[in-house]
Amino acid sequence: MQYALLIYAEPGYEEALSDVEREAAHAEYLALADDARCINGARLQPVATATCVRVVGGRTLMTDGPFADTKEVLGGFCLVEAANLDEAIELAARIPAARPGGAVEVRPVVQR
Amino acid sequence: MLASLVGFLADFERAEDAAQEAFATAAQHWPASGVPANPGAWLVTTARNRAIDRIRRERTLAEKIHLLPAAEAVMDEFDDTVIKDERLELIFTCCHPALALEGQVALTLRALGGLQTAEIARAFLVSEETMKRRLTRAKTKIKATGIPFAVPDAHLLPDRLDAVLGVIYLIYNEGYSGRVDLAAEAIRLGRVLTALMPDAPEAHGLLALMMIHHARRRARFSGEDLVLLDDQDRSLWDMRQITAGRAVLDRAIALGGRGAYVVQAAIAALQTAERIDWPQVASLYLRLVELTGSPVVELNHAVAVAQAGDPAAALRAVDRLDLDGYLYFHSTRGEMLRRLGRDEDARAAYRRALELATSTPERRFLTQRLELL
Repeated sequence: MQYALLIYAEPGYEEALSDVEREAAHAEYLALADDARCINGARLQPVATATCVRVVGGRTLMTDGPFADTKEVLGGFCLVEAANLDEAIELAARIPAARPGGAVEVRPVVQR
Repeated sequence: MLASLVGFLADFERAEDAAQEAFATAAQHWPASGVPANPGAWLVTTARNRAIDRIRRERTLAEKIHLLPAAEAVMDEFDDTVIKDERLELIFTCCHPALALEGQVALTLRALGGLQTAEIARAFLVSEETMKRRLTRAKTKIKATGIPFAVPDAHLLPDRLDAVLGVIYLIYNEGYSGRVDLAAEAIRLGRVLTALMPDAPEAHGLLALMMIHHARRRARFSGEDLVLLDDQDRSLWDMRQITAGRAVLDRAIALGGRGAYVVQAAIAALQTAERIDWPQVASLYLRLVELTGSPVVELNHAVAVAQAGDPAAALRAVDRLDLDGYLYFHSTRGEMLRRLGRDEDARAAYRRALELATSTPERRFLTQRLELL
């Protein structure tokens, strides 16, 4: 089954880390990306770059900022192939952002 | 039966439908053709075959084929030895921490306790519709998210077993406050779990704890009034269940159990003695404080210290706790102050407890204590 791991974190949490911690976190992300079960993934630019798009009556409307104004914001995602939810949760728990006040939302992907 | 079907079909709804169909078929055929030699196996086989027929009808060519190869020939060669007991897998699925806790509780009672949806709804004081939705939400999530139907791997097992024990204890405590049927149901679930995991000390600890508490249930209330341990009429205790609970506790300890449920069961067992060994109770509470870090447990520790003969030390310990919003903090202080002869302070403490009381028995109990002063 495929799962999307949606990574939420407080903006700027990485800047608060020490150099050693930041490097350790970076290594963990690389290890995860190298895992055969990781199909795809990406880190997003800061939330200040977000634009929300809505189409109303054929007109494309834009607003500056993310869809929901929350303390933690979507900072990246990872698409994984896992045998079941337990395996997906174990992969999610390896994501560094899950630890300092952030969270990883695990969502199964609709099979086509 | 349901556990075996869920295991086979990997789908709660289908398993329930199939089980219902099998019972209906049995009701039709058994009166005429007689009850088969092995009714349980007959029901499971019939249910499986009904489910397979249904899946065949539903499937659009290549989908869901993985269910079919194994299923073709089951009817003839089926016997008791083929029925794998899959209740343990079912317990872990129902108590998966990815499900909402209320969903875990409802599903466990429905699938393992065999309670009807309406009964569970009554026990939790919600409408049948609400309970039905709660169950559906949990079952849908199990299916859609791929929650495994399996006993967790060894490295996940301790945490996940804790979750299972937590659900069973929650069901028990719902029953302890008056609805006895749920408490008995929790004990039954605890028995199933210890039978399925005979080497898990905490499972035995929880079962022992529930049995010993449950054995005293008739003595805890006089009419609607709460009766303290000291004042309980011991002839109302179910001594057979206490003995049985102690045997389960012995097994837990022999297995090396030193966790929170085992310690609580040991405390409960000590409190059923003719003369309670309060210093021993106090030392067990200290162990429980280490395990849980809970201020409420610290309060209980202080009570044991007071009972062991040192109310002054107990009061000092209580006064360090930050539990101002907790009724029993104030009633405990009141009792200790009374023993130390500080009647005026005791009255103030009981009055504060009375302000926090929400039920009639609690209010009546505290009013009585106040009048004694």
